[in-house]
Amino acid sequence: MGLALLAWGAASAAPEKPVRVGLVLSVGGLGDKSFNDGAYEGLKRATRELDILPYDGEPTMVAEDDRYFRRYAVEGFDLVIGVGFLMQSSLEAVAKEFPRIHFAIVDAFVDLPNVASLLFKEHEGSFLVGAAAAMATKTNVIGFVGGMEIPLIHKFRVGYGEGARYLNPRIEVLEKFAGSGPEAFSDPFKGKQLTETMIAQKADVIFHASGSTGNGVIEACKQHGVLAIGVDANQDYMAKGYVLTSMVKRVDVAIFELVKEVKAGRFRAGPHVLGLAENGVCTTDFAYTKQKMPAGFEAKLEAIRQKIIRGEILVTDYTARPAAAK
Amino acid sequence: MQRSLLRDLAYPAVAVFIAFLLGALLVVATGYSPAEIYGALWHGAFGSAENVAWSLQNATPLVFTGLAVALAFRAGLFNVGAEGQLILGAFAASQVGIRLKGTAFDTTLSILPLALLAAALAGGLWGAIPGWLKARLGVHEVINTIMMNFIAALLGSYFLTVPWIKEAGSVPQTPIVSANAVLPAARFINPYTRLNAGFLLALGCVFLVWFVLWRTWHGFELRIVGLNAGAATYAGANVGRTTIAVMFASGALAGLGGAEQVLGVHYHFIKDFWVGLGFTGIAVALVGENHPVGVLLGALLFGALQNGAAEIDMMTTFPRELIQVLQAIIIFLVASMGYVRKRSAA
Repeated sequence: MGLALLAWGAASAAPEKPVRVGLVLSVGGLGDKSFNDGAYEGLKRATRELDILPYDGEPTMVAEDDRYFRRYAVEGFDLVIGVGFLMQSSLEAVAKEFPRIHFAIVDAFVDLPNVASLLFKEHEGSFLVGAAAAMATKTNVIGFVGGMEIPLIHKFRVGYGEGARYLNPRIEVLEKFAGSGPEAFSDPFKGKQLTETMIAQKADVIFHASGSTGNGVIEACKQHGVLAIGVDANQDYMAKGYVLTSMVKRVDVAIFELVKEVKAGRFRAGPHVLGLAENGVCTTDFAYTKQKMPAGFEAKLEAIRQKIIRGEILVTDYTARPAAAK
Repeated sequence: MQRSLLRDLAYPAVAVFIAFLLGALLVVATGYSPAEIYGALWHGAFGSAENVAWSLQNATPLVFTGLAVALAFRAGLFNVGAEGQLILGAFAASQVGIRLKGTAFDTTLSILPLALLAAALAGGLWGAIPGWLKARLGVHEVINTIMMNFIAALLGSYFLTVPWIKEAGSVPQTPIVSANAVLPAARFINPYTRLNAGFLLALGCVFLVWFVLWRTWHGFELRIVGLNAGAATYAGANVGRTTIAVMFASGALAGLGGAEQVLGVHYHFIKDFWVGLGFTGIAVALVGENHPVGVLLGALLFGALQNGAAEIDMMTTFPRELIQVLQAIIIFLVASMGYVRKRSAA
């Protein structure tokens, strides 16, 4: 850091103040191989490539994150980031107290003139893995296991079904949710049960959007020798050869791009919606499952991806709300 | 009495000092500057009126659970179940604060005492069950209080899935309690502090526990039972009744701690707020040598450490894991110092 500061000092007559970014993780967040790790990666990359001063904090107690936001805001940081929809109300409260500080929240929408909301086009990524599932299935029956039944998860479900039917209009898509409360995102046993029911109904590719409930989905798929599709992070390694691919939300890309804008003095409040075009959602590289896919599948998926980006394929956004439209 | 208390407190003080020296070695060995890390620790714990308030607020639930554990220890009972008792107390307080909203009872003078009473009762009954099992069937209280922690935590999570208890929406919490049931916050410090009248309640409990233990006949009986149950029986003490009563009082203290969290900090019953509060209470009681004043000081130490650790986490690059190691070194030394003292006295 010292070197970088020296370089700045040499380059400009009046050395600019380094950009300071504070990241507030969820309780017990780091090591989740998902959102928190992704956000942390994004901040690390920004530190390497953009010469910023990074700060991060991980609250140890429930409902303590507002204190962390406030601490960074009081310091006058250039950007304060919260990870996850559980921080929505606390970030909103602190952002109101500090209207001159720039805030950002991942995966939630806060409607304030100093808050950027980082959202993802999950339906586009789900469309792509749906198409992959249609190519991989031998029974022409595929499945979807959702966590809690909320609009966000329906967004995955609808995109997945559309992607599969795009390649095979006669494919059957079984759909189940693990429950109606938040615990539906942390119930691997339920995930396993639902998956086994689907396998009994001949499903041989099952996509989950269900947090750690999905661990049960992946385990069941491995036991019965069928394919799972992971979500949020690259979960292909969790059962090598049995996780076809994962619908990855690139929180790291979202954070990096935002920090870049702040660094350039171009912070934009409001929704930042990242889809296939922005590399905000993507599939993985099928590292362990290439032999389970038909030849030339990569070119086919790439063609679909391009069509979605160009708008030739319109994927239904279940949550399409005017406020979040790009 | 006073001189022996001073001597009792000198040992933990020396232990804290040694712990900080060892901690400094750890900080240097990992390539950081002790001045920077301890500077942040100090700033987070006591650096401003706001941070002092945070330290006191973090200490408040630990005073309650620490007292709960210490009181039971004095009667020779190891109450590992403060966390479960706290959960039940917190839930009871939330329900009184929510259900009586808008009724004739919804005035500060009735809803707040009722909520506190409900918390003490719920926590007390949850504690009295293992007490009764011990007195009647001789089942060891350690096993039962541990098990009842799991039951309470799962019950707490379960309640938050029941539609008429849970608030609508995806966050696992109850609705907000009535404004009249809220323990007033120390707003003169700053508008969003969570330090609240519950801290004064905790101080009151410190005095009450001290008074009962050393100034009442019941307290005398309790301590005699704790020192030697056989001799106490011979002397005419009712060991079974004392055991149940102590476990009730112990659970009631923990339950009040739960009420403080709901009525003073979160304003609703929220999933997982309880994690660690009961177990840290055991460490607080150990550090405080099971003396009410020691418990208060121990809780303040833990509250300040927790706050200083948060500051280190937020404002330095010192790894989170090492912050915990630093905390553990301090706790370990303070606890073992008490043991060393007892051994050298024996």
